[in-house]
Parts: sequence; structure tokens; C-alpha cells
Amino acid sequence: MSIAAVFEILLAAVVLGLGIWTIAVRETYSATVGFVAYGLLVALIWVRLDAVDVALTEAAIGGGLGGVLLLSAAARLRDAEPMAAEAPGKVTRASAAALSVLIAATLAGAVLHLPDSTPTLAPTVVANAWATGLANPVTNVLMAFRAMDTMLEKVVLLLAIIGVWSLAPDNAWGGHPGPRHQADPDGVLVFLARLLPPIGIVVGIYIFWTGANHPGGAFQGGAILASMWLLAIMAGLTDTPPVRRRWLRFILVAGPGLFLVVGLGGLWFGAAFLAYPPAQAKPLILGIEVAMILTIAATLGLLLTGAPERSVK
Amino acid sequence: MSGVTVFGVCAAVAVGLGLYGLITNPQPLRKIIAFNLLGSGVFLLFGVVGRRGAASGVGNDPVPQALVITGVVVAFSATALAIALLLRLFQKAGSTTLSNGPPPSAGSDPPGG
Repeated sequence: MSIAAVFEILLAAVVLGLGIWTIAVRETYSATVGFVAYGLLVALIWVRLDAVDVALTEAAIGGGLGGVLLLSAAARLRDAEPMAAEAPGKVTRASAAALSVLIAATLAGAVLHLPDSTPTLAPTVVANAWATGLANPVTNVLMAFRAMDTMLEKVVLLLAIIGVWSLAPDNAWGGHPGPRHQADPDGVLVFLARLLPPIGIVVGIYIFWTGANHPGGAFQGGAILASMWLLAIMAGLTDTPPVRRRWLRFILVAGPGLFLVVGLGGLWFGAAFLAYPPAQAKPLILGIEVAMILTIAATLGLLLTGAPERSVK
Repeated sequence: MSGVTVFGVCAAVAVGLGLYGLITNPQPLRKIIAFNLLGSGVFLLFGVVGRRGAASGVGNDPVPQALVITGVVVAFSATALAIALLLRLFQKAGSTTLSNGPPPSAGSDPPGG
């Protein structure tokens, strides 16, 4: 057995162990920490599956931002912990276990008995890469071949933020999301919040730019930009903007808006909705991506800070 | 058993674990975490099948990869919305119970910003 195979089995075992810990442990906070570790190790599995674009997304959004979201929620819900009487009875537990084992076994059986020849769209994607001028096949699928999915996903982000904002109490309507953070001005957090953002912003923009030809892209870059913004907010160096600000709302609709305009342009001048003329495909895609990375960074950051809680002074 | 198959079985078990946690855990936040675990297992199944579709010098079928990237972002925004709902419920009702019992002293919004 090669070293790689041993590593893969070990990785799968640790990931499953963390999964069991996440479900079985008593305290919610421990479960959350377990889930963050799980997310980061799953990113390693994605690297082993030769899907580095997904690995970057999983590490940045699934492990990083998702971890912050769950940890801060767990910290705020600490007082709401034990409700032993609500725990389901033995029958429910046993039938849930039986159902889960059945589904897991069915899926595992399907994986073990997959046919030898797998249908794949990789040759089609590679053969049509000339039409966009981008070398990264995943970016080609996201931005050109399945651009409709990506545009609608931006709309989902927008709907989620509208949903979160509409949970604001009356007195904080349109105000600042989340609590105002305070930190020791000489502490490590403030030091890091001053040191890291310049580096993080450069890395985020690089990941976005290199996404045209190598693993990376607007999602991964946007998540890094959002985390730098959140770091400055959590260190108390800056406050969350009131959600009624016009510039903020403009940034939030810029990505899907430009996408829609370009798509309608394709319908008007070209063959179909979102059909880019091959000569202008690369500049159009880059333009959409620039608007998108701003929208993604702002939306992810605002989703994490939650509903408005303080009115504008 | 190749590495891809190991990860495939791992993904299947993650789906099962997530489903069990979703049904049996009474706390809403734990249900949200379990649901994310279930989703992560489903994404991994996409990755395993996509890895088998490696061709033309691409190590993993790019179409399922793009679907999973979209899925991860949508799952994150759904989680954020669920947590915002949960925090608001806790703020309004003082507890996060989902049972149908009498509501424990539903208070109004706390004064001040």
C-alpha cells in the first residue's frame, strides 16, 4: 500500500471521527469547533480529488466564514443550552439511526458499484475553451457555459441578505448590523487586524485574477476580502455600515445587475441570453467578475454580521 | 480500494451522520450544523463521481465542480439566514425551543439601539 493510500484512509478516518464528534458531543460549542475542523479537513479531501477550486471555496467559505458564523451564534446562544426534556425518545432515536444507516449504506453501495465508464463533460469544456479565452475550465463553466446558475446564485445571496435584514427590530430598522465590537487597543486582535488586511486584500485580488487560468476565482477571492473586512470590524477598528446606505445597496446589486445587463445584451445583439460574442468574451467576463467580487465580499460580510441591531445615531 | 472509493464511502457516512443529527438533536443550532454535515457529504459525492470523470487533462469533471462551488455558497447563505432567524427567535422568546408547548413569556423588543 502506498504512502498516498495510507494518507487518504487516515484523512477519511479523521474526517469521519470529527463528523461523529460534531453530532454526538454534548456541548454545542464543542460541536461547532468540531465542524470547523471538519470543514478544513474536507478541503484537503477536495485537493486529493483534484478539485482545487472547490477546495479553496470549501476552506474559505465552508471552513472559514461558516466557522465564524457558527461560533458567534453558539457564543450568543450559550444561555439557551440545556433542554433535556426535549430530547427525542428511544423509538425516535432507533428509527432515525436505522434510516440513517440505510441511506448511508445505499449511497456507499452506489459508490462501490459505479460503472467503469463514467460520463464526463470535461472534453466538451476543454474543446470549447477557445470561445472565452480563459484557461481554467471551472471558471469557464461558472462564468460562460453555466453562467445562468452563477447569476441566479447571486440572486440567492441577495435574497438571503434581504431575509436577514428584514429580521431587524423596529427601532433598529436600516441601522448597523451586529453589536459594536470593542477590543484591547494593544491586544493581539487589533495588531493582527492592522497587519493582515493589506496582505489579505492583495491575496484576495490575486486569487480572483489568477482564477482566469489557474484555480481561484471571484468566490474564493471575495471570501478572503470579506474575512479581512470582518477582522477589522471584530477588532473594533471600524463599524458595520448602516444598511440603509445607498452605496452599500448599490454594491450589493452591482454583481447580479451587471450580469443581467450583459445577459440581456446577449439576447438583444447575439444568439441567446448570456451569449457572449467570442471576441469580447474575456473582457465581458472580467467585468462581470470585478462587479461580482465586490458584491460577494460585501454580501458574505453582511450575512455574517447579521440583522441590524442598532439604530443610526 | 482506491482513494476515490475511500472518500466516496466517507461521503456516504457523512450523509448518514448528518441525517441522524438532524432528526435526533433537539437544539436548532445543532440541527443547522447537522444539515451542513449532510450537505457536505452530498457535495463530496459529486466530487467523487467527478473525479472518475477525469479526461482531457482535467483531473475532475469541471461541471460538477462548478455546481459544488455554487452549492457551497448557497448553503452558506441559507445557513446565515437560518442563524439570523434563530438569533431573532432567541431575542424575542428568550429560548430557542422548537416544541409546541406554551411560549415562555414572549417579550417585546429590548429598548434602545
